[in-house]
Amino acid sequence: MSQPVYRLQGVTKVYPTPSGQERCVLQVEDLRIFRSEILALVGPSGAGKSTLLRLLNFLEPPTQGTIHFLGQPFSPDREMPLALRRRVTTVFQRPALLNRSVWENVRYGLRLRGEGNARERIQAALELVGLRELADQSARQLSGGEAQRAALARALVLEPDVLLLDEPTANLDPYNVGLIEDVVRRTNQERGATVVLVTHNVFQARRLAHRVALLLEGRIIEVAGVEDFFERPCDPRTGAFVRGEMIY
Amino acid sequence: MQRILAGDATLIETVVLSLQVSGTALLLSTLIGIPLGAFMGLTRFPGRRLMTALLYTGMGFPPVVVGLFVYLLLSRSGPLGQLNWPFLPALFTPGAMILAQTIIAFPLVAGFTMAAVMGVDPHLRQQIQALGATPWQSTLTLLSEARVGVVVSVIAGFGGIISEVGAVMLVGGNIEHKTRVLTTAIVLETRKGNFGLAIALGLVLLSLAFLTNLAMLQLQGRTFDP
Repeated sequence: MSQPVYRLQGVTKVYPTPSGQERCVLQVEDLRIFRSEILALVGPSGAGKSTLLRLLNFLEPPTQGTIHFLGQPFSPDREMPLALRRRVTTVFQRPALLNRSVWENVRYGLRLRGEGNARERIQAALELVGLRELADQSARQLSGGEAQRAALARALVLEPDVLLLDEPTANLDPYNVGLIEDVVRRTNQERGATVVLVTHNVFQARRLAHRVALLLEGRIIEVAGVEDFFERPCDPRTGAFVRGEMIY
Repeated sequence: MQRILAGDATLIETVVLSLQVSGTALLLSTLIGIPLGAFMGLTRFPGRRLMTALLYTGMGFPPVVVGLFVYLLLSRSGPLGQLNWPFLPALFTPGAMILAQTIIAFPLVAGFTMAAVMGVDPHLRQQIQALGATPWQSTLTLLSEARVGVVVSVIAGFGGIISEVGAVMLVGGNIEHKTRVLTTAIVLETRKGNFGLAIALGLVLLSLAFLTNLAMLQLQGRTFDP
């Protein structure tokens, strides 16, 4: 394995409940995510997968513990510097696009960085996701699949070191699923980007990932290479999840 | 009507003062109201519900009550009138009228801005942060996404003060060549029985409001974030 991009140590995330109590949604003792790998996080709804992704994108701090990103610590009392934070980005399950053209949506992240004139990069990103023809169209007029591809393009145009994907193909048709999976695979292979994929779809995890982690009730039950995870799981709960026998 | 068509100097003076007073009050209200509305729409803090209730109450404040409030504050025996601070306006000056109109307009601007910002897709904020937006860039982008509502908030603020008469009458005094604006002039001319002139002044006021709103509507199609 190559160098770890992330190292999580004793990370917990606790949210207050409406009744005034506290609920621990994530408890990760030790997790390393390596450079240029595709790690799939699988597990039932409410397992803490999306919470973990938000922490990896530094959108909120852990309640306890430390996330080391490229050696820089991120903890309840230490923020991640902006320059490092901008090397990570997320594509969410439900894309929220700006009320502007597709081109302007893809350009947005570059403008934040003062690189709004990089026309070639925008064109290349739109080409990659098959949206070049729709560049001037309003983002509000896109279909669900096109909107998700636009969201992927606005992330990829930033050439991130780490691409976080939160159920990026849920509710999409097979054509869009295939296209997005292909783009993710190419981004990983050609650019060496590290990818962390949250998915309910174990088949997708098997198609894309190098390693797979199972989360249950906020805890990582097992992390293993894709073959071991699906063929020779160490934990009986992993086997049950893979076989679709887990009731949740 | 002939005075209007002939460009009467007193009339022009009244129109200019109306625009100066309401324009300055609107500028101040916008500078206070948009950041306040964005803050209240985008953050959660203890006492937010109380502040929202106060803001909504402010949106329905009768202008004449605001005028009375400012009058009592600035009068010689009032708490601010006794201080003689140089930056505090005196009663019966355009400054006092601007202060009163700012108090009338800023809750309107803030309240409508808050509602507009809260109407933006709640997922968008997290997603633009994930693209690397700083808190400042994120706020500007969300304001830009809510620009239709934000411009409406400014229009509502302008509408609330260009047409109000109670506050400017109380704190300005309707003094010719000094504090007479279109609305107070209309009241005066009506009382004198000069209905023709009062109607003509009303038409001037309506035209000004229409043209100003037309100009502001142009802003709805533009984006302002980085």
